[in-house]
Amino acid sequence: MARESDYGVNDFGLKIATVNGTGSASANGLLLQALFRMGIPVSGKNVFPSNIQGLPTWYEVRVNKDGYTARSPDFQLGVAMNPESYARDIEEVVSGGWILYDNSRELDDEFRRDDVTFLGIPLADMCVEHFQGSRIRILMKNITYVGALVALLDIDMDVVKGMLQEKFASKQHLMDANFNAIELGQTYALEHFDCPLPIRLEAMDKTKDCVMVTGNAAAALGCVYAGATVGAWYPITPATSVMDGFTEYCRRFRVDPDTGKNNFCILQAEDELAAAGMVIGAGWMGARAFSPTAGPGISLMSEFIGLAYYAEIPCVFFNIQRTGPSTGMPTRTQQGDLMLCAYASHGDTKHIVLFPADPKECFEFSVQAFDLAERFQTPTFVVSDLDIGMNDWMIPRLEWDDSFVPDRGKILDADELEKIETFYRYLDLDGDHIAARTLPGVHSKGSYFTRGSGHDKYGRYTEDSDAYVEVMDRLLAKVDSAADHVPAPEIFETDGGKSVGIISVGGCHWAVLEARDALATEGIEIDYLRIRGFPFNQAVEQFLEDHSTVIVIEQNRDEQLKNLILLETSCAREKLQSVRYYGGQPLSKGHVIEGVTPFLTRERAEVLQ
Amino acid sequence: MSYIKKPAARHPKLKVNSLGLTVRDYEGSMSTLCAGCGHDSVTAALVQTFFELDVEPHRLAKLSGIGCSSKTPAYFVSEAHGFNSVHGRMPSVAAGANAAHRDLLYVGISGDGDSLSIGLGQFCHAIRRNVNMLYVLENNGVYGLTKGQFSASADIGSTSKGGMANEQGPIDPVNTALSLGATFVARSFSGDKDQLVPILKAGLSHSGFAFVDVISPCVTFNDHQGSTKSYAHTRSHMHEVIETDFVPLRTEITTEYSEGSVQGITMHDGSVVKLHKVADEYDPTDRRAVLDYLAEVGSRGEIATGLLYLEEAGADMHGFENTVDGPLVEIPFADLCPGSKVLEEVQKEWW
Repeated sequence: MARESDYGVNDFGLKIATVNGTGSASANGLLLQALFRMGIPVSGKNVFPSNIQGLPTWYEVRVNKDGYTARSPDFQLGVAMNPESYARDIEEVVSGGWILYDNSRELDDEFRRDDVTFLGIPLADMCVEHFQGSRIRILMKNITYVGALVALLDIDMDVVKGMLQEKFASKQHLMDANFNAIELGQTYALEHFDCPLPIRLEAMDKTKDCVMVTGNAAAALGCVYAGATVGAWYPITPATSVMDGFTEYCRRFRVDPDTGKNNFCILQAEDELAAAGMVIGAGWMGARAFSPTAGPGISLMSEFIGLAYYAEIPCVFFNIQRTGPSTGMPTRTQQGDLMLCAYASHGDTKHIVLFPADPKECFEFSVQAFDLAERFQTPTFVVSDLDIGMNDWMIPRLEWDDSFVPDRGKILDADELEKIETFYRYLDLDGDHIAARTLPGVHSKGSYFTRGSGHDKYGRYTEDSDAYVEVMDRLLAKVDSAADHVPAPEIFETDGGKSVGIISVGGCHWAVLEARDALATEGIEIDYLRIRGFPFNQAVEQFLEDHSTVIVIEQNRDEQLKNLILLETSCAREKLQSVRYYGGQPLSKGHVIEGVTPFLTRERAEVLQ
Repeated sequence: MSYIKKPAARHPKLKVNSLGLTVRDYEGSMSTLCAGCGHDSVTAALVQTFFELDVEPHRLAKLSGIGCSSKTPAYFVSEAHGFNSVHGRMPSVAAGANAAHRDLLYVGISGDGDSLSIGLGQFCHAIRRNVNMLYVLENNGVYGLTKGQFSASADIGSTSKGGMANEQGPIDPVNTALSLGATFVARSFSGDKDQLVPILKAGLSHSGFAFVDVISPCVTFNDHQGSTKSYAHTRSHMHEVIETDFVPLRTEITTEYSEGSVQGITMHDGSVVKLHKVADEYDPTDRRAVLDYLAEVGSRGEIATGLLYLEEAGADMHGFENTVDGPLVEIPFADLCPGSKVLEEVQKEWW
């Protein structure tokens, strides 16, 4: 039985269990948006099956007045709409909580609990009575439970109606049906239950400078703003919506007004291998090109990634991580590809990797990735995950500086080529480990032969040991020098000494922040560094030096971030401790507190108390 | 390989093209293939093609995969941009490059291992996508660099150097290309430059994926008796279906042809391809009839050659994608980035 927990006004978790393919996503989106528009910090996590219709699916809503957006540690209210998953859904609600369910069919005794309140509403019967046609009845059942929540949680009805009016402005019959359904649910709840519940909402003003968006949409928009013109991809969950977003924004902002033709080219490839090849071909020509994919795609692209690394062709890959290995759990999240992306491909390779923690960083890092790829002439990865990519996140409004000039790196134009005697593709002339490149079609002096086979610094084929090693050493120095250019880590320091520190990455951030605050209220203060780029910035090394114990928190089984730190820094193995959660759900505060507690020595905890 | 490096000095009376370049300007580095390799003859035909078509070297992008054939882009047009990619994946690199820069000329060189085994998928999809490029498959029925294994184009019964007969049916690239809807399909022989050069020229002018299967014998591993990809076998079994004349845009058409035996097809760039039909009933614009005819020729053990099928009207990749007329790489950043005001507008939808 779930434990009791704290909750209150604007502070609770709500979990909605439905059947996928029944339209519940739009009902749940409506709910989340209504809360957001009431000015209350809110987050939504969609836990969905790899399936189109008929399997259990869940939507978790967390309302938190303090603005914590990590996965809700517990759920006070369950909306159980799927008899198939009743057992689990009812079990999951905390003691003292509430369960809203459809009592058109009475609940079996085996599901009954004495420590929660059951709120039965005959949703199916009501919808049969009030709506015609099976599809609309199914859809409206979802809207009706939202109506009941309006009464139970005290959601501002004007906000809800305003949203329905926006959404169905051109579809009067749907608007009418939705209005009816909302009012049906609301009226029933008001008549039968003591509304509102102790967990209820009160309008705030904490979201006015924020927007609600998925990481994939933000990343897609970042590609548009970065000036990417070629996108190549193969459909894969959870990365598909990156290209959906890019397509949508390009159609809106990239169609030449005079000719109606596209200032972009999106190629749906036959597989991820081809997608990588296309991106590399386009990068070779000088276009900003990218491919969004997930772990299985990176596995397939790895051969090409090695080519781009060795031949020094800028290209950007988005890895929206999902649960591996192999097909794994395609609709669950993980950070299982950290190692893969850092060193993808055979032979000695190493890549620039950026780790966004939310959609804001997805947008910003997306732009930065193209700059880094071109400056360092190498594959650059933006490693997000399903939770960041596909869930709606509340983030500060995005900003754009119109004076932004993309960093194209060293590219010789026709005039520069005209002046030089001979162009050598891989010759580093100024000691920064980066050789100038030329673009095909610009000037006959700029021609060279791009190859993945052994080459010397002049770009010539070679099987000579020294000539080969010279190029390989420069490549290592080049990628390592990116450490000063990738996003610097975000560091949260305390006054309470420097003995224990936490290092984490990506979407773990929000749970770590929340757990850290919770521990601080108990007098346990911990420094925290969030890695945002690879190769690791010097600040990472410094943080490791400054702390006697560093706990690395990540979402994979094999301690990939910890091992990357051991490989890439001078940190001693004994210093690092590992906290891992890799079950496929987003990390929550509980995972972190439970994980770090054993490493906080009793002495220290006592001193601090 | 050829051991004698050609001198840099050029004969003063060497013919120049309209760019003032000689044929020597279209050569590349010295070939490292075996002496007598068919691929070197294909390279020579390409050199002649580019020279005679006045191709600006730096406006040519030459790509390949991996294998003996894929080494050859290094052996022609030194001043062109070359890309020796990974095994079987050149079509995707070419597609991406062309997507970014549609104004260059693209030539892809591949082999039967590269295109019909490891790269069969990419080969098929480049056809489907109709990437605007000349795609030359140097077909010798054998893996050369790994020393003589059968490739997917080896005929049933064709024997290896060691006398083993191949038992698996071949993948016929011409048939494959035709059945996938390729808009330009030709087969030729490395030993017949007179036939090959006009085909290459037409292929370069074609708007779309121009596929040329060139039987190009491997002198080291597949030129023995019993091989159906040897010089001797190809010469004795070649059945020329079509003779091709290529008439560049600015050339006045002077030759007269008798009605019915010649079909003139105007290419996208205004040049004209004249197809002389050796067999009267052959129609190189009727895909089904071409497939039937080739099946019949093939059943006699003959190798049909010539520009076998041509369809000039179809949309290429850029047509499908509705991309702007100029190269994407030349669009200024200001036209690509929507700016801060648009970002504010977009975000109004995000709450």
